[in-house]
Amino acid sequence: MHRGKGMKFVGDSRVPANRKPNIPKDYSEFPGKTEAFWPNFLLKEWLVGAVFLIGYLSLTVAHEPPLEKIADPTDAGYIPLPDWYFLFLYQLLKYDFASGPYNVIGAFVIPGIAFGALLLAPFIDRGPARRPGKRPLATGFMLLGVAATIFLTWESVAYHDWETQRSQGEIVAEVEINTEAEGYAIYEQQGCINCHGENLEGGAGPNLTDTGLSPEEIADIAVNGKGQMPAGLFKGTDEELQQLAEFISDPAAE
Amino acid sequence: MLNKIYDWVDERLDITPMWRDIADHEVPEHVNPAHHFSAFVYCFGGLTFFVTVIQILSGMFLTMYYVPDIENAWRSVYYLQNEVAFGVIVRGMHHWGASLVIVMMFLHTLRVFFTGAYKKPRELNWVVGVLIFFVMLGLGFTGYLLPWDMKALFATKVGIEIAAATPLIGEQIRVLLAGDPNILGAQTLTRFFAIHVFFLPGALLGLMAAHFIMIRKQGISGPL
Repeated sequence: MHRGKGMKFVGDSRVPANRKPNIPKDYSEFPGKTEAFWPNFLLKEWLVGAVFLIGYLSLTVAHEPPLEKIADPTDAGYIPLPDWYFLFLYQLLKYDFASGPYNVIGAFVIPGIAFGALLLAPFIDRGPARRPGKRPLATGFMLLGVAATIFLTWESVAYHDWETQRSQGEIVAEVEINTEAEGYAIYEQQGCINCHGENLEGGAGPNLTDTGLSPEEIADIAVNGKGQMPAGLFKGTDEELQQLAEFISDPAAE
Repeated sequence: MLNKIYDWVDERLDITPMWRDIADHEVPEHVNPAHHFSAFVYCFGGLTFFVTVIQILSGMFLTMYYVPDIENAWRSVYYLQNEVAFGVIVRGMHHWGASLVIVMMFLHTLRVFFTGAYKKPRELNWVVGVLIFFVMLGLGFTGYLLPWDMKALFATKVGIEIAAATPLIGEQIRVLLAGDPNILGAQTLTRFFAIHVFFLPGALLGLMAAHFIMIRKQGISGPL
């Protein structure tokens, strides 16, 4: 390369005027079966990418992205769940040694040590050996970390109440409720409204807009309870019970 | 024609050295799955980058409809998913891509770790890579709130509680993230939107540039 006096530039710029030919280097002399990145290897990479993209798109088409109902901060009964890749951290905070008064251990000390060690791995594992078998401490701790992450995620998934998870956030179509009905007044007065919501949309109790139950079945639940709902919540007359049951069975009726 | 355009630009800007840095390098045998099938483990990093590009593109399209406001956020996502042509595909790619990028990045990290590729002289690239990992987790955390549905709100509530338990600076972190010491609401949503769309992607692009410049400069680590 020409340096110093006598260099030529393009116009008044700093771009040198003597052109270098744009021909890729020949890699055939390198050890092993080396090949050029452009264009040979890049084409193969694109093929891998295309196969990956097909799988990715199949996943997208097969599973619609989930969307629950609009956020309602007043719903105190909702059981929260982070995205799956945070489950291991979330699960860690549920153990006695890492929650309550020891929250700092679960939230900061353990993850801090783990992620700190990951970040500083090259400065902790300083030996020249690269094979996993030649550096048992590094390999061992990494395997331990991976196993712990997988175990915690599995624990979290196994103990989560997926049944409730599915129903608690479901989008409910807005249904016209006849709030003028006698039944609605009873619904309000008997306290059903506290758990099942102003528009029967549910809250602590399930949604009642579309139960598909007969008035008799509803009357039975109102008196005897069901699941989390205790018996004896309804304290009105038989006539009121009948009106309430008919209203919940068909809340839009005039 | 293309050559002429290239020469025209090259004469003025001298782009051949840049072109050499980006494209003209050898791919050694031990990372080429065409020669050793087990070398497919060297694809994980590239696939992470591929999903990241898809995340950026699909995210750009999502913001054409998304409204970062507690009244309209959920409605705009619902509209996008149910009314807009291919909206469900775009949102689906962004949703599943968020998981895929974590999976591919995890696999890439394990590959680099178990081949000992982070050893001298590549320590700095490992540190930058782990920082990218943290930024990605941050993107996952902030993106989870944006649809403003039930699970978004309550998961974020838990997340902010955990962040607020940080010794000494917990309250400051809470106010920085949520915008208020007590309420998780309108302020939180706009802050998470800004962090998810501007702050973290900016950090991510800078870190990725450093990651790639270093790998070009040092070349890929040799065979075991």
